[in-house]
Amino acid sequence: MIAFDYLRAADRDQALSAAQSRDGARFIAGGTNLLDLMKLQVEAPRRLVDIGALDLRQIERTDEGGLRIGALVSNADLAAHPLVRARYPVLSRAILAGASAQLRNKATTAGNLLQRTRCYFFYDPAVPCNKRTPGSGCSAIGGFNRIMAVLGTSEQCIASHPSDMAVAMRVLDARVETVLPSGERRALSLDELYRLPGDTPQIETHLQPGELITAVLLPSPPTGRQTYRKVRDRASYAFALVSVAGIVSMEQDRISGAALAFGGVGTMPWRDRAAEDLLVGQQPSRALFDQAADTVLAAAIGHGENDFKIPLLRRTLAAVLGKLTETVA
Amino acid sequence: MDWIDAEVEAPLTLRVNGVPHSVRIDTRTTLLDALRERFGLTGTKKGCDHGQCGACTVLVNGRRINSCLSLAMMHADDEITTIEGVGAPGALHPLQTAFIDADGFQCGYCTSGQICSALGMLEEVAAGWPSHVSGDLMPAPPLDLGEICERMSGNLCRCAAYPRIVAAIQSYAASREGEGA
Repeated sequence: MIAFDYLRAADRDQALSAAQSRDGARFIAGGTNLLDLMKLQVEAPRRLVDIGALDLRQIERTDEGGLRIGALVSNADLAAHPLVRARYPVLSRAILAGASAQLRNKATTAGNLLQRTRCYFFYDPAVPCNKRTPGSGCSAIGGFNRIMAVLGTSEQCIASHPSDMAVAMRVLDARVETVLPSGERRALSLDELYRLPGDTPQIETHLQPGELITAVLLPSPPTGRQTYRKVRDRASYAFALVSVAGIVSMEQDRISGAALAFGGVGTMPWRDRAAEDLLVGQQPSRALFDQAADTVLAAAIGHGENDFKIPLLRRTLAAVLGKLTETVA
Repeated sequence: MDWIDAEVEAPLTLRVNGVPHSVRIDTRTTLLDALRERFGLTGTKKGCDHGQCGACTVLVNGRRINSCLSLAMMHADDEITTIEGVGAPGALHPLQTAFIDADGFQCGYCTSGQICSALGMLEEVAAGWPSHVSGDLMPAPPLDLGEICERMSGNLCRCAAYPRIVAAIQSYAASREGEGA
């Protein structure tokens, strides 16, 4: 690990000003991903501002009937919170499907959103990677790419976003609340937070230098049934090959509302409103679910070893929609 | 607190098993390395050093974490419990006795992590936390075989003593229940 200056901030104002006071400062909270990458020298921040002592560990109801989740709430506490279990079960399920209990006890809500890809080549400083070393090339394109993305990729990067929690946050229309070094606050949807890799895969979000996520905001609980289905190589403690978060409501025998988000397949937690719109007003059937999959997968690109994710997503989506609409898929 | 410059050792006091340990430490030192290399508490093991194997599991404020993925500097305000604080020769914790009775290990390298993890896991179950395999998110989960396996999946055993590790945990949990704990 490369040596770094360290400051444990007492409060938010000190964290923001410390991050401004010295170049190259990064915030660290749980550290479960950043320290792992620092040991490999994939990440080598010159300065760390430890925000672990900040007062950002509350889960509160909002006036709009939703929840405000402090940025430092642990993944374990969030999954176990009675209001989350009762009203946002897709979020509890997604978190519990990820990582191990030890990691969920340490990892934070904001840190989970900002974790880096688990692309093998990103983790290996001995080989080219445009995300780690811009301009060096992509070892996954034309190389071993079983876990890589099929949606949102570019000719520079096909690394998949690893988070389960973020997929549930995406389907729930979560927004991140941030504070800029100037003290200005803003709120971003996850669509506005994440960037596609394009020609700059090293830049993964629209956060500005020194901008701190303070909370994640959930709107009031959606109507309908919620589920999270994760397909992976092992039954536990493995990243998703494909995951689907779904929320579907029915009126009589027709779908009256649908929200779908996908993990393991995209360079960011994936959502496709056109596929959702296509379902609304329709009677559930395997043919309809296939049409929705056609829409989601219209721009999908396989790279050889990850080709299987395309039919796997189709089948997983059909299984999720079959369950949520109580029809046989 | 102000900046601690890189490669300058900073004073740090950690409370481990109820005892304060004061050292000067490089900011890069993980909690795991501080425990083993600075405090001589070598019961906590380094396996992968990347949070994948669970051998380094300790309890921080009662919660199980991977001590390899945390900086020692982050824990000045915490109560840390390692295997040395769980039990000692001649005064074993009942879960340690259960591991011996069930033959819950072969080489023993993962065992301190398994035991710290299991103690944290049983508190999570007692608090009513669901797991990935819980059929329902709301009621208190049962502690059946599937639940134990899922909840202990962050602790690997390369000797594959898993059936006996599970048996040791089940036996200890049953005895605790018998005592109304």
